Amino acid sequence: MAKISINVNGQEHQLDVDERTPLIYVLRNDLGLKGTKLGCGLEQCGACKVLVDGKAEFSCNTPVSVFENRTVTTIEGIGTPDKLHPIQQAFVKEKAAQCGYCIPGIIMAIKALLDVNPEPDRETVCEALSDNLCRCGTHPQILKAAMRAAKEMCK
Amino acid sequence: MTLSSSFDINPELDSWLRFHSDGQITVFTGKVELGQKLITAFSVIAAEELDVDPGRITVKTADTMYSPDEGYTAGSNSMESSGLALRQASAKARQELLRMAADKLGEPLKSLSVTDGEISSTSSGKSVTFWELMGGRRFNIIISDEVLPKTPDQYRLIGNKVPDIGFEGLVTGTTSFVHDLELPGMLHVRVIRPPGYHAQLKELNEVDVRKMAGVIEVVRDGRFLAVVCKREEQAVWAAKRIAMQAVWDESQVINTENIYVQLKKNTRQSLPVIGGAAEYSAVPPFNPPENSDKTISATFQRPYQMHGSIGPSAAMALYDDQGLKVWTHSQGVHPLCLALADVLELEKDRIHVVHMPGAGCYGHNGADDAAMDAALAARSVPGKPVLLKWERVDEHSWEPYGSAMQVELKANLDEKGKVLYWNHETYSDTHLNRPSAHGENSRLLAAWHLQYPKSAPQVKPIPGPHTGIHRNADPIYDFVERRVIKHLVRDLPLRVSTLRSLGAYANVFAIESFIDELAHACCRNALEFRMDHLSDDRARAVLEAAVTKAKTGPDSKEEGHGRGFAVARYKNAKCYAAVVIDLFVDDFGAIQLERAVIAADAGQVIDPEGLRSQLEGGLLQSASWTLKEEVLFDESGIVSQDWESYPIMTFSEIPEVETILIDRPDCPPLGAGEATQGPTAAAISNAVFDAVGLRIRRIPFTPERVRDAATKA
Ligand code: FES
Ligand code: FES
Repeated sequence: MAKISINVNGQEHQLDVDERTPLIYVLRNDLGLKGTKLGCGLEQCGACKVLVDGKAEFSCNTPVSVFENRTVTTIEGIGTPDKLHPIQQAFVKEKAAQCGYCIPGIIMAIKALLDVNPEPDRETVCEALSDNLCRCGTHPQILKAAMRAAKEMCK
Repeated sequence: MTLSSSFDINPELDSWLRFHSDGQITVFTGKVELGQKLITAFSVIAAEELDVDPGRITVKTADTMYSPDEGYTAGSNSMESSGLALRQASAKARQELLRMAADKLGEPLKSLSVTDGEISSTSSGKSVTFWELMGGRRFNIIISDEVLPKTPDQYRLIGNKVPDIGFEGLVTGTTSFVHDLELPGMLHVRVIRPPGYHAQLKELNEVDVRKMAGVIEVVRDGRFLAVVCKREEQAVWAAKRIAMQAVWDESQVINTENIYVQLKKNTRQSLPVIGGAAEYSAVPPFNPPENSDKTISATFQRPYQMHGSIGPSAAMALYDDQGLKVWTHSQGVHPLCLALADVLELEKDRIHVVHMPGAGCYGHNGADDAAMDAALAARSVPGKPVLLKWERVDEHSWEPYGSAMQVELKANLDEKGKVLYWNHETYSDTHLNRPSAHGENSRLLAAWHLQYPKSAPQVKPIPGPHTGIHRNADPIYDFVERRVIKHLVRDLPLRVSTLRSLGAYANVFAIESFIDELAHACCRNALEFRMDHLSDDRARAVLEAAVTKAKTGPDSKEEGHGRGFAVARYKNAKCYAAVVIDLFVDDFGAIQLERAVIAADAGQVIDPEGLRSQLEGGLLQSASWTLKEEVLFDESGIVSQDWESYPIMTFSEIPEVETILIDRPDCPPLGAGEATQGPTAAAISNAVFDAVGLRIRRIPFTPERVRDAATKA
């Protein structure tokens, strides 16, 4: 097996894995970054979204080799319980999580959006979340959290 | 206050609370966290009664070894049963602690007060803490006599903004779901299901698969197939290979005759529903008054619909000389333990079932089946922990769906528009197929596929108030006479069980759409028409509040726009909810929800934001069911295999939602997770009628259905 090298949350990793392995399994099982969730494995639900060179992308289906020489950021890379990212703070304030399974993927999608568009309207946020599903119906709180985060971050 | 029924089986105070010497308190509940903010509510309740900071409290949810057996977390009754029990247990503990402190300090009880677990005497200033009194010790008392919890005017925490327990973990991805468990030496498992319900395994060449990288074991027992691998992706790949190589006999097919025809013509067992409760007695004859002015009837249909958790069903299991340990997101660890014991022929004491969070499940989904699968896989590799996840196709194709239903309503009215006779008949499969001890039979999926299979037990119509099919079949209105019948229909094609709100969704959809139809037929305003038949003040209040609130918003009279509303009280005994929907129907028949207003009365409000998110979550899920969802199948199997073939509501499709809570501090708090399901469907249907004059009585209201109704109109 060829060694794969990827950069995740600012750290270089050399891994001995089959290069066809979808990124998510490497993140979760080799790097212990379990915040990225496996939902469908079919690029249909968004639970597995991470940032790749700043853009929100699915990690459930694309082979790890594709991510060589690119930088990957996972939910763990943007904040921790003690040091929340403003988007995460906004989610806590709005209590924007029921079961919470969809939330990391959604936060990553919002991060990608706010990084390029700091003052989006509701419609633009919905657009950015068009391939993120939430079955608990937490949408209203999630949208409020996104708007709150945008406001806080523009201050 | 009467003691919670949870004490009947778990009367020891120590089975509910434990005080540690470090100032922390553990409270135990037999319930599980399902994203309904139970943990928050329970921490607040215990903290309130004990007078401690909620941060000191850890809530331990269901575990067969430690927690009280409270059956299933379902039917919105956790707050009532477990919440009440916890409140009474906490009050009892506080009372005991005060007594102990009085002894120790030599001060009269009356002079003692509690601040964050410190008991001090107002007269002498002497003090002692809960942890000094208890630290690690047990009460060893039984809760049998009356306890006096606080009255609402004494509350400090309840009803106020409550702490954000658990949110940091969820938003940083550090909360551990069952999917995230990891033990040293852990192996990964995937299952390979038959292509359809009835397919039999003819042949499987395991040689190739066993040669694949990382494959440790191929589990084959009858038509149950699983593969155990070193790495997760290896399990995914090996499972795909097995699926390709297995040869199946698919001669037995699924009956694809129109489901609503099957619901009417199959064998059935019928029970009258009297005062909301089904009874084993003769069905009364249909006997409408002869002198009525108008007779109106309509039929409402709801297809099979799925739970559709965002996370796949999963479980971890370990089989060793101790027996079997299973980590599961099942809603009932104790009943699951019994069900596993039956299938595996193990003593139940040798099985330890631990609850772990899963993705939202909204009823009985694949969680228990995944636990069974994991146990079977673990048995093939003793001593090794295995983590099993279903693939999306397993989830969509094999979960037990919400039952398809047909509701037929007839009403006779007098010339003034008074309902003289109301006839309600619901046809449906069961809604209650949760696994438990079934001896020779089993409700666990894999048990049906083993070489020596256990078959599903025959279901019986369940008597009692609002159990499944007839949940909310009894209207909340004061009709002169009513006849309500539930029909449990047999031999229906798909596997079903409990889905959020059970029969209430279709029954309320039907009742609340039909009452709009009646009002319209009598040329009456739909609100006044309802009020004329409604004497329950709390129901009137939520309806009034929602409709009034909706009027403050834009009231578009433009073409294609419409407003509809509906009201119900969940199980006619729990949370009241009224829903108003504003929507737009475009030229192609597509329905876009614009705004939703909920007014709810869930008794005493403990955690307002938690309550809001449950009510709104229920509304949005119901809107998704109503507008988009139907499980499709053909002779060979389920066609709705992923989110493309079974679409659900997305962000751009959700309306603005506003929620009004009517707080009733003197009434017991009521679960609200299922209260908006039924009213939402009816409010949408009534709004569509308001918008374009079409009555859509068959869910989902897809653009095709709307266009179809338009051409028939
Ligand atoms: S898990 Fe990747 S999109 Fe669903
Ligand atoms: S919060 Fe449960 S799926 Fe979104």
